[in-house]
Amino acid sequence: MKFGVVVFPGSNCDQDCVHVLRDVLEQEVVLLWHQESSLRGCDCVVLPGGFSYGDYLRTGAIAKLSPVMKSVAAFAKDGGLVIGICNGFQILLEAGLLPGAMLRNTSLRFICRYVTVRVERTDTPFTNRFQPGQVLRLPIAHNEGNYTVDAAGLKRIAERGQVLFRYCDADGQVTDAANPNGSLEAIAGLCNEAGNVLGMMPHPERASEPSLGSADGRGVFESILQSVACR
Amino acid sequence: MSPARPTAPTVKDDERLVRRVAKSHNLTDEQYAQIVRILRRPPTLTEVGMFGVLWAEHCSYASSKIYLRTFPTKGKRILVAAGKENAGLVDIGDGLAVAFKAESHNHPSAVEPHAGAATGVGGIIRDIFTMGARPIALFDSLRFGPLNGHARTRFLFEGVVKGIADYGNSVGVPTVGGEIYFDEAYRENPLVNVMCIGVVPHTAVAKGAARGRGNPVIYVGSSTGRDGLGGASFASRELSDESEADRPAVQLGDPFAEKCLIEATLEALATGDVVGIQDMGAAGLTCSTSETASRGGCGMEIDVAKVPRRETGMTPYEVMLSESQERMLLIAKQGQEAAVKKLFAKWGLNAVTIGRVTGGDRVRVFDGTELVADAPVAALTHGAPVYRRPVKRPAGFARLQRLPLRAVPVPRDLNHTLLQLLGSPTIADKAAVYEQYDHMVQTNTVVLPGRSDAAVLRLKGTGTLLAATTDANGTYCLLDPYEGGKLAVAEAARNVACVGAEPLAVTDCLNFGSPLDPGVMWQFRECVRGISEACRAFGTPVTGGNVSLYNESPRGAVDPTPVIGMIGLIQHTAHSIQHTEGRACYAPVTMGFKDEGDLVWLLGETREELGASEYLKLIHHRKQGRPPRVDLAAERRLQQLLVEGARAGLWKSAHDCAEGGLAVAVAECCIAEPDHIIGAVLDLSLVTCHLSLRLDALLFGESAGRVVISCEPHRTKRVAALTARAGVPARLVGTVGGGRVKIGEWIDAGIGELSAAWRGAFRRTA
Amino acid sequence: MIARVSVTLKPSILDPQGTTIHQALESLGFKGVKRVRMGKLIEIELQGGSKAAAKKEVERMCQKLLANPIVEMYRIEIK
Repeated sequence: MKFGVVVFPGSNCDQDCVHVLRDVLEQEVVLLWHQESSLRGCDCVVLPGGFSYGDYLRTGAIAKLSPVMKSVAAFAKDGGLVIGICNGFQILLEAGLLPGAMLRNTSLRFICRYVTVRVERTDTPFTNRFQPGQVLRLPIAHNEGNYTVDAAGLKRIAERGQVLFRYCDADGQVTDAANPNGSLEAIAGLCNEAGNVLGMMPHPERASEPSLGSADGRGVFESILQSVACR
Repeated sequence: MSPARPTAPTVKDDERLVRRVAKSHNLTDEQYAQIVRILRRPPTLTEVGMFGVLWAEHCSYASSKIYLRTFPTKGKRILVAAGKENAGLVDIGDGLAVAFKAESHNHPSAVEPHAGAATGVGGIIRDIFTMGARPIALFDSLRFGPLNGHARTRFLFEGVVKGIADYGNSVGVPTVGGEIYFDEAYRENPLVNVMCIGVVPHTAVAKGAARGRGNPVIYVGSSTGRDGLGGASFASRELSDESEADRPAVQLGDPFAEKCLIEATLEALATGDVVGIQDMGAAGLTCSTSETASRGGCGMEIDVAKVPRRETGMTPYEVMLSESQERMLLIAKQGQEAAVKKLFAKWGLNAVTIGRVTGGDRVRVFDGTELVADAPVAALTHGAPVYRRPVKRPAGFARLQRLPLRAVPVPRDLNHTLLQLLGSPTIADKAAVYEQYDHMVQTNTVVLPGRSDAAVLRLKGTGTLLAATTDANGTYCLLDPYEGGKLAVAEAARNVACVGAEPLAVTDCLNFGSPLDPGVMWQFRECVRGISEACRAFGTPVTGGNVSLYNESPRGAVDPTPVIGMIGLIQHTAHSIQHTEGRACYAPVTMGFKDEGDLVWLLGETREELGASEYLKLIHHRKQGRPPRVDLAAERRLQQLLVEGARAGLWKSAHDCAEGGLAVAVAECCIAEPDHIIGAVLDLSLVTCHLSLRLDALLFGESAGRVVISCEPHRTKRVAALTARAGVPARLVGTVGGGRVKIGEWIDAGIGELSAAWRGAFRRTA
Repeated sequence: MIARVSVTLKPSILDPQGTTIHQALESLGFKGVKRVRMGKLIEIELQGGSKAAAKKEVERMCQKLLANPIVEMYRIEIK
């Protein structure tokens, strides 16, 4: 299948995503420059991590205005698969493609380390290769991963089962100690109501090869491959 | 520029003002007279500024040059020798080369730690991609005063760490290693040294030379402001209380602009339209124009009126000396200007033609139609007077080296001593720091920080792993600069070898006090002598580096701190390979013990060497004695053994004994892997065959050339045979397993307790 | 004309930066601090026009870009 990895000025995980998709999973990948409007027939759009436009106003705030994001929004509305990783998640929130907002980590520090997350649903295009409740070891690397949403929004998210990943301990228990950034209800990854747009703070592309210490993240991309193949 | 070319400056600056500016650049009367002789007239304001910054210690290496020439710089893998380009270039096979270099940003960081450290990171990254290399890793070698109870030290420490994080994380280059020491000697004058490593195909190496008469000189990147004005001069002065008022001299960094500049520059270089390139570091436009002209053996004319600015009313002097960050100077092929500019515009960056390469040998600076500077290139770049400063061993040095061991009691509770050492910030786990750095971006970090003696990066598309480290022990160098220099190289090479990599080449960052102090120059000379000797012995040439002098405060000079950056290679051969992504490569050796029942060996000799140790400093408050002796031949044998054993897959872990000695090394082997802490039981009776060895020397002494390894029991014979053949003393000292670390009858502590002490240091001092 | 937009977190949103500053002020001996909220100040130079029109314009800027209505609120001052 064909992936499009969006490049904003300041994106810095774009090539990491390309590496996993092209070299590890052997899929076709094109880079989509932020000023392009065409998604060039991609089956799935990846918004990679980084500091788009320096993240100077708010993370993702400027990126949401770029021409490519208009096309991504239309693509998502038509049911196209979109995955936003880290800064990509922040952009999806700012663009209103996912509910809620990001605050700074409660520690007020950038945190880069492995965390464990629990897979909450396996009937989605992004998680169909996992077992229910499976615990994944994935790295995080962010300053603003403290997800928040108002009470009504949270209720809605819960009712529709939009949370796909929660921070948890090694045994799969959601605890305060296992929550690295203060995220509401330990939310690490979340999809839209239709289930075709995913935002996640952990970096699956950094954990897709055993030589890097974990290949747990690969399942996210393999799930996408499977769901597109089964369409 | 006007059609009628002036042949001499058309401005007349007030000579009194010019002389005052010369003074503010610390130009001596003698140097001023020399400039007048060179120009055959008094200099203009702009010219005196240009000479001032280029002749400053920081740029000219006036005091250190005669010693730097003694470094071994040749080797079969060296593609660009030290000093010829912005960084050294080392062949690593597969048609690839590594560009790497270290640089200091001590003085700016002492005044404004966040901005100082951030721009230090930005500057060294530019040195690397200027070579055409993609920056793949950053290292930070940091020194501060003790953390306990000093608000200013904590402010400096936290500011520096945050500055490195904010810049490095945004720019997308992983910070994968480094070191942090805390010692009284650095209280007022912290050291912030940053090393960057980049990779470039041989065919894509860029040159820092201006060539081709008439070729356009293009300014790219951020606009020029007054920030950093006089930064190079600033860095060449001693810090005084007035430094607080010097604040505007510190530049601010913009990592977003740098990230765009990296991408745009590498794209531009790939087009073949760029003939020369130079970053604007210290001394900005002055340095980049003069140096590219000097390397190209040509002249250059620029018009400062064309330089993009973000402040109004800037004088030519200010534009030429500005140290605004994230700027580069390109020399493009004639006719390709538009293509180059379009590329930078795509990344939202300025790209403006400000001048031309000319024949002749002068840098000429116009401000519109006025000629404001006209000076010979060679005089600017190589005309700085080279000094042979007086050298004298400091009085009282012999007293420092004396260590009355009888006055040093062996602690009763050695368990407690071990916990104290593990919990001291210099030795303790640095996760609180490196977790603030993105150390995984670019997905090449094969071993996470804190898990091995050297960082290990994969090079995608090859079977090669690159190992790298930075090392220096200022206390060793204070107490014996010659041995300290050797020890720094030896430890760096040992660390690289521990992961299984063959040590390849060195960059250095030499941090010392004032060169006007004969004692400091003696330390410098001796350190360089030690480093040279060790580099020769190991076959690891010096590819470049940086000298930072005047690291002084009213309390005195910092400890001599020659930071050694070392790279090494793990290359694919037939045995013991890990298959990943369809390619074969070695698994690097990490420090943590792996499995119950594995056997623990100590490689190398333990002697009664307590001098200059962390133990002596922390427990007995004594910074004295001689540092451990280093036997370079034995070190070389040890390195070769470590590489060979790793290649054969003989051992599962390797960790060298450094600060805190054998006991700390063993404890670290037990607790380094956060998800896999495991105990060990050691019997050191074989090591103590020297009956005279004091217990504290056995446990906490820092004898060099020692490594703790662990292997499966069935490997015993092969390990014994290999070590014997290599001529490295090896003693089987214990077994991995259980929940405690036991060493003889002296140490018996739960691994949870040890781990808590080691991991908790930065929380406790918060 | 200059518009000054101050953007702060809504009162319902936890502000760890504000809390940290609050604690630091107390540790310095400033006793009477009740609450600290940390925010951003954005200065916008505008061309001509009436104050009312400018305010309206800046209001739109806030809604579209300068503040995130989910977690932030803003105050506009025109000079």
